[in-house]
This record gives sequence, structure tokens and C-alpha cells, in this order.
Amino acid sequence: MSLSVDIEHRFDGFTLKAAFEAPPGVTALFGRSGAGKTTLVNAVAGLLRPDAGRITLKDRVLLDSAAHICLPPHRRRLGYVFQDARLFPHLSVAANLDYGTRYASGGGTAMSRSDVIDLLGLAPLLDRRPRHLSGGETQRVAIGRALLSRPEMLLMDEPLAALDATRKADILPYLERLKTAYNLPILYVSHALDEIARLADTLVLLADGRVHSAGPIRTLLSDPALVPVLGVREAGAVIDARVTHHADDGLTTLRIAAGDLYLPGVQAHVGDVVRVRIRAGDVIIARERPKGLSSVNILPVTVTAVQMGDGPGAAIALDAAGDALLARITARSARDLGLQAGMPCFAVLKATSVAQASIGQHLP
Amino acid sequence: MDAAGYEALRLSLLVSGTATLLALPLALGCAWLLARRDFWGKDLLSAAIHLPLVLPPVVTGYLLLLAFGRTAPVGRFLEQTLGLVLAFRWTGAVLAAMVMGFPLMVRAMRLAIQAVDPRIEAAAATLGAPRYAVFATITLPLIAPGILAGTVMGFAKALGEFGATITFVAAIPGQTQTLPSAIYSYLQVPGGEARAAQLTLIACAIAVSAVIVSEWLSRRIAARIGAA
Repeated sequence: MSLSVDIEHRFDGFTLKAAFEAPPGVTALFGRSGAGKTTLVNAVAGLLRPDAGRITLKDRVLLDSAAHICLPPHRRRLGYVFQDARLFPHLSVAANLDYGTRYASGGGTAMSRSDVIDLLGLAPLLDRRPRHLSGGETQRVAIGRALLSRPEMLLMDEPLAALDATRKADILPYLERLKTAYNLPILYVSHALDEIARLADTLVLLADGRVHSAGPIRTLLSDPALVPVLGVREAGAVIDARVTHHADDGLTTLRIAAGDLYLPGVQAHVGDVVRVRIRAGDVIIARERPKGLSSVNILPVTVTAVQMGDGPGAAIALDAAGDALLARITARSARDLGLQAGMPCFAVLKATSVAQASIGQHLP
Repeated sequence: MDAAGYEALRLSLLVSGTATLLALPLALGCAWLLARRDFWGKDLLSAAIHLPLVLPPVVTGYLLLLAFGRTAPVGRFLEQTLGLVLAFRWTGAVLAAMVMGFPLMVRAMRLAIQAVDPRIEAAAATLGAPRYAVFATITLPLIAPGILAGTVMGFAKALGEFGATITFVAAIPGQTQTLPSAIYSYLQVPGGEARAAQLTLIACAIAVSAVIVSEWLSRRIAARIGAA
């Protein structure tokens, strides 16, 4: 276990009482604004002292209110990437990057300066001032600066929230690279499920200052009971698929256990494993294999759970030869089809509706 | 210019320079307290610092005399323990100049400190910088223009200080007669206008060059810290 958090904090009539564990890999803190995400991360970083609690990182105690231990931020060895970057305006990009190096002691993740500059594509920016950087460049420098302080864990508080969709798409591959290149645990705060679906290994769902649920991302994203919490439009499972063929018409064949998927706009190389997010609303359920359908993605599946919502919708959990899928259909359809656990049927995926951003890229 | 004129100029620069240098760290500390800390009596401290700005200078000088005169409690204490005499000495002129310039210095520095985003300092802390290092590497460079502006204003005020000085330490040539009091006393004697005009020109020259140098410095600092 990398990070273990159990804190209680009261402020402005709001009570945050949250406990969670972050194993190695990327742990996403997800919740609406006001759910207490930033407060939680600030407590981990030491920028906020909670009323009570205990925070440990590996075997180091960062906070233990019972023992009156509260390490100041500069001794916690955590790299913090803020939503607003917070670069030092009076220093060049190079000096910003090197700022933490002089205070870094041994330990932490050893990354050479040149590796970090290559990874984040910072070489052309080194002599510039922060005010001459674009939003995306600013955030990349902030990530590099945090990495070069040799942190034992990286905290990222909505690092992409201030960026438009294009810039976001520019940075996400860097984050994916970061995740695979270094064995650095990351606590990633976001209210954007698409980012989380691409990056996270573990998901901690925060609602009204409490941990609503926590666990492996695949399990949580395919849990029909969580659809209302995650948002009915955004909910959807993620599955890993291997790229097997790029066709001339732009469609890529992706192999999963239950069969082949044909999706447009996949950038990965043949042989790569990519993460595909399939929104629940983009899945249609048929009792018999449909014929004469425009969609080419039809998978044999088994219903594992039916969750009727409060409104007209229903969330259906499906098993596709071991991969979990999620479908959102109307409650009336669910009744008409007589869906129940254990029932075999077919899932139809609308290929064109799988957004580019939903497809994780595996970079070398 | 005659010897007395030179003496007044030398004394003025000595008094103003010493007063500014002594007040600088103290003013920075007060500015920091007022900008960043909340404590009991904060408004009182602020009022005390600003008092010389609103009181008639003669009143400030008289209050200094009441506190730091050779028979006054603080004055006697300083003389007995440190051997430091302030009343009617150049050291007293330094004190008067400090007190009068102090509020201007604090104001400029306080504004500069308030303009620094504490979140930037928090970012430096998360990168491993201890508190003093955050101040030295982040806060200080960012408030440098404010410190400079406050220092120039404090120096200019010290140079022009007349009322509190003449009340507290009189105008003893070679001891406490600074440029303004020399000009004043020349104007009191018939035929002294020429010498007064000479000193006036010198005072103007010093003031103008101080402003020019500080403008140039602040432009350089602004360019360096990327604020321009």
C-alpha cells in the first residue's frame, strides 16, 4: 500500500470524513465540485492541517494527530501539480524545473533532468518565462518541476481542468507515458470521468465529504449501482483490447476475449494494448444476434445484474467472456426483454460513437 | 559652497542613509506582520506606525523629546545602558528621520507583500523548500520592487525631514543641522539667500537623481521577475 489516508476536517459547515488507500499506480479521486477532493489532497500535501486523522506514505507517517505529528509540506516529499500550475513568475522554465532539485534528498523516484525534459517535450521551452507559455505548456512544466523534486508520490489536482479539449488531448498522452515510464504512484483528482477512465487503476468515489465507494477502476466503472453517482451520461466500462489490424478505411480491429471490435481513429501500433472506454449509453442489448444492422460491433454477452434506476433508465451489467461491460437502456426495454442475471444476449456497440478521447494510447 | 553648506550636505546624507538602512529590516518585518499575520492589536500597531504620517511633525518631534530626552525615561535608560544619547545629537536626527519615513516604507512594502500569491509560496514548499528558503527565493525577489520603492520614499522623507528634527534635536551646525534646517536658517539672516539657493539646488539634484535611479532599478527588477 503506498498511501493511506484517514482524516476528518470541518470547515464552513462542511464535514470531510474520508478514509482510503492508494495502492501503487494511479489512484483517482473522483467527485463533483464541492465533494472535498482538493481539501483531501491539500491535507495529504500538508498545505492544510485537518482537525484529526492519520496519513502514511509507505512506512512514513506524514500526519498523526493523536501523536501530534504533522510534517510540514517541505518534508513530505510529495510532488504537487496544481490546477493553476503555480509556476514561479520570476524564474525561467529551466529555473522552475530545477527549483526542487536543490532541496531533494536521496530516495524518491530517480529521474534524470534530461529524461523528464524528453518525456514532457520541454526542451524548446527552457529559456522562456512562464508568462510566455501556453496553458498546456505551463502545465507540462509544472509536471516536470514536480517530478524533478524526486517525490515519492505525485499529487495532481485537476491538472487538465483549466485547459480546453485540444490542450487536454495534447497532455493526456504525456500523463499516460508518465504512468508507464516510472513506477511513481499518482493521486489524481478530477471530476472528468474520461480522464480518469484513461489513466486510473484505482478509483475513489467522493460524495459530500465521504468516500462513497473505492476499488479497482474496472470493477467500479462496470458496477451498475454506481451509474447514478458517476453520472448517467458519463458512466461506462473500460476494457483492455489488443490492436490487431489497421484497415485502409480507417477502422482498427481490436481483439478482446469475446471477439473483435472495429473502431475508428485508433492511433496505437499493431500489438499494443489500449484501454477502450465504452459508454453505457452507447451499448444496445438484443436477445438474438441482430441481422442487417449498420453496426459491426456485436458481442455475445451474459447479463450479470440489472439495476433499475429511479427514473426511466436501467443499468445492465454484462459479462463479455470475462470483460465487464455496462449498458444503459430504458427500464421499459429491460422489462420487455425480460432481462435478468444469467441471461445470454448480444451487446451492440455503435462504433462511431466511441470518442477518440476514450481510447487510451499506449506509448513506447 | 561654503564649509557650513558642505557640512549640512554631509550630515543630511549620513542621517538619511543611516535612518533608511536601520529602518529597512524593521519596516519589512512590520509590513510582513500587517500583510500576512492576524494577531491581537494589529490595528493598534498599524495606527502607531501611521501616526507620524498624520500628526504635525512638530508634535512628533516633541513626543520624541518627551520619550528620548536625557531626563526622559527611555532616554535615560539608553544613556545608562548603552551610552547612547539621542537628544540634540546626530543620532537623534537619525531617529527622527526613521520615525517620519517609517510609515511610507511600511506602506509600500505591505502592498508588495499582499500582491504575492501565497499559493505560489505553497508550491515552493511542496517542492521541498523550507520556510526561510521560500522567503529568500520566492517572496523576496517578487517584492523587491516594493522594497525599493519604500526605501526610496523613506530616504526622500528622511532627507526632507524638518519639523520633527528641529524640535527634537534643534539645528546645531555640524551636529544636527541638516540641509532643510540649514536652508531655513540661511533664510533667517540678511544676505543668506544665495547660500540658501545653492543648498536648494543640491537638494533638488539629490531628490531628482534618487527618483531616476529608483525608476531605472525598478524597471530592471520588473523585467527580471517577469512582471512588466
